[in-house]
Amino acid sequence: MASPEPVLAELYREILLDHYRSPRNRGTLDGRATHRSEGANPLCGDELVLELAVETGRVTEVAFLGRGCAISQASASMMTIYLRDRTAAEALEAVWCFQQLMLSGTALPEEFGDIEALAGVAKFPVRVKCASLAWKTLEQALSSDGVATVSTDEGS
Amino acid sequence: MARRTYDIEAIRRDFPILAREVNGHPLVYLDNAATSQRPVQVMAQITRFYRDSNANIHRGVHTLSQEATELYEGVREQVRAFINAPSAREVIFTRNTTESINFVAHAWGRKHLRAGDEVVLSEIEHHSNIVPWQLLRDERGIVLRFIPMLDDGTLDLVAARVLITERTRLLSVTQMSNALGTIVPVKELAALAHARGALVLVDGAQSVPHLPVDVQDLGIDLLAFSAHKMLGPTGVGVLWGRMAVLESMQPFLGGGDMILTVSLERSTWNDIPHRFEAGTPNIGGVVGFGAALNYLSRLGMAAVREHEIELVDYALRRLGDIPGVTLFGPPDARQRGGVVSFDLQDVHPHDLGQVLDGEGIAIRAGHHCAQPVMQRLGLTATARASFYLYNRASEVDALVRGVESATRFFEHARG
Ligand SMILES: Cc1ncc(COP(=O)(O)O)c(C=O)c1O
Repeated sequence: MASPEPVLAELYREILLDHYRSPRNRGTLDGRATHRSEGANPLCGDELVLELAVETGRVTEVAFLGRGCAISQASASMMTIYLRDRTAAEALEAVWCFQQLMLSGTALPEEFGDIEALAGVAKFPVRVKCASLAWKTLEQALSSDGVATVSTDEGS
Repeated sequence: MARRTYDIEAIRRDFPILAREVNGHPLVYLDNAATSQRPVQVMAQITRFYRDSNANIHRGVHTLSQEATELYEGVREQVRAFINAPSAREVIFTRNTTESINFVAHAWGRKHLRAGDEVVLSEIEHHSNIVPWQLLRDERGIVLRFIPMLDDGTLDLVAARVLITERTRLLSVTQMSNALGTIVPVKELAALAHARGALVLVDGAQSVPHLPVDVQDLGIDLLAFSAHKMLGPTGVGVLWGRMAVLESMQPFLGGGDMILTVSLERSTWNDIPHRFEAGTPNIGGVVGFGAALNYLSRLGMAAVREHEIELVDYALRRLGDIPGVTLFGPPDARQRGGVVSFDLQDVHPHDLGQVLDGEGIAIRAGHHCAQPVMQRLGLTATARASFYLYNRASEVDALVRGVESATRFFEHARG
C-alpha cells in the first residue's frame, strides 16, 4: 500500500486505530448508570453518550455510545479503560491532565497508559476538539446529576 | 448551443496558489463550494485601486473620490449585465449571501409579514436561508414550510404544489445545494409561487458562480450571492431585487450614504440603491469583484458550466467505482453543480479529509452548514469535493487515489 504520510502516522498511532476499530466498553449500562451525559461536535459530526455507575465515590462501570471520527471514538474508548475504579475526584483530575496534554503537550502521568497515544493530536489544532469530546462529556457527567449535554464547538 | 471550451493550463497560470505545495504534494484544491481561489487579475485590480485611486465614494468633489466612485459604480453595472438585471440601480452591495438574505428578512419581512403569513423554504437550504426566517418566525409568528427533499437529493415538486398556497408570501430557495450539488428548477417554482401571489428570493451563492443565471428569464424577484465563491474577494456580496420590490422595503441599516437629509427629528432616504448601502462599503473589494466578473464573462458561464459537467461526470464515475463509497445527490451530472458529496464506509469524513490533506488535497468534511440535509440522509457529516473552472481530470484522479489510500490506511489498522 501507499505508506501513510509520516505526519499522519503520528496522528493516527496504531493503538489509536485499534481502539477505533475495536472500541472498549461500547454500549449502555441499562439503567445502572448514576451519571449520564451527551456530547457533540456538530461541526464535524461527532456524537457521544457516556454513562457511568458511581458507587461510594468510585466509578464501577462505564460505557459509551457514539459515532464520529477515529480520534473522537478512540479517545472515548481509551478513557473508559482509564476510568474503571477511579474516584470521581481522580476522574476530574484526569480531565484536567488531558486538557494540559492537548493545550501544551504536557506529558501524562504513567497511569494514563495508552492515552499517551493521543499526544500527536495536539499538533493538529482542528482535531483537538475531537480528542477532547469524551473528556468534556465526562466532566459534564460528573459535575451534574442526571442528564447533561455538552458541545465543544464554539459557534459555527 | 455550440460547445465552447477553454485552455485549462492557461487558466491555471492565472491562479498562482494552484502551483503551491501542501504537505509536500502539489495542491489539489477541491473546496470551491466554500470559497474559490482568485486570479492575478483580481489581485492586481485591488492593488491598483489602493495604489492609484483610493478615496471614499459618493462624498467628494476631488478627483480621487470621483475615480473611486466611478470604479465602484462601474461594477454595479457589471453585476447587472452578469445576471441580466433590468437596471443597475437594482444591485445592492452587501458583505455576502448571508447578509443579503438577512437583509430581505429585515427590510422586507419585518415590513410586510404578519402572524400567520407563510414563508416556504426547502429542506436542502444552507443555514443562512433557514436561520433568518426562524428568527423572524420567533419575532413575528410567521409560519415556515419546507419543500421536502427526495432520496436523490432533488426537491419534491409535487409537494411544492401543495405547500405553496395563497397564504405563502415568500418562496425562498437555493438554486444549487452546496451540500449535494442539486440544481433546483427555480424557474418552475417561481412561476408556481407567482401564481399564488408570493415573492421569490433565490439563494444564488452556488448557482451564480457556476451557471449562467438570468434573473429575467428565471422570473424571480430577489437574488443573493457572494463574490468570494466566484473568484472575487471576501467581504462582498450582492442582493439584486426588482425595483418595485426594493421600493416596498424599509431601510436595513441606518447611517451615512443612505440618507438625503437628517435633522434631529427625522431623516429622508436617499435613492435606491444607496438607501440600502449605509456607511462606507467594501470599496476595494467591490472594485476587485469587477475583475472577477470580467474574468468569468471572458470565459463565458456556459463554458464554465460545460467544463464542470464533464468533471463531475468523471468524478461520479471514478468515485462510484471505489468499493465502500456512497454518492449523494442526483446521479446525473447535468442535474447538479460542481459538487460531489460522498461517504466512505468505515472512514469518517473528518478522517478522510485529514488523510487527503496529508496528500495536498483540500476537501470539506462536515455538515456543510446544511444540517437538515444530513438529518434527512441519516448522517452527521459527508465528505465533499467541489470543483471550479480551473480543476482538471487529473485532480479527480488524485482524489480517487487519496480515497483509496485512506481506505487502505484504516483497513490496514484493522488487520
Ligand atoms: C447555498 C449557500 N447559501 C449561502 C451560503 C452563505 O454564503 P456566505 O458565507 O458567503 O454568506 C453558502 C456558502 O457556503 C451557500 O453555499
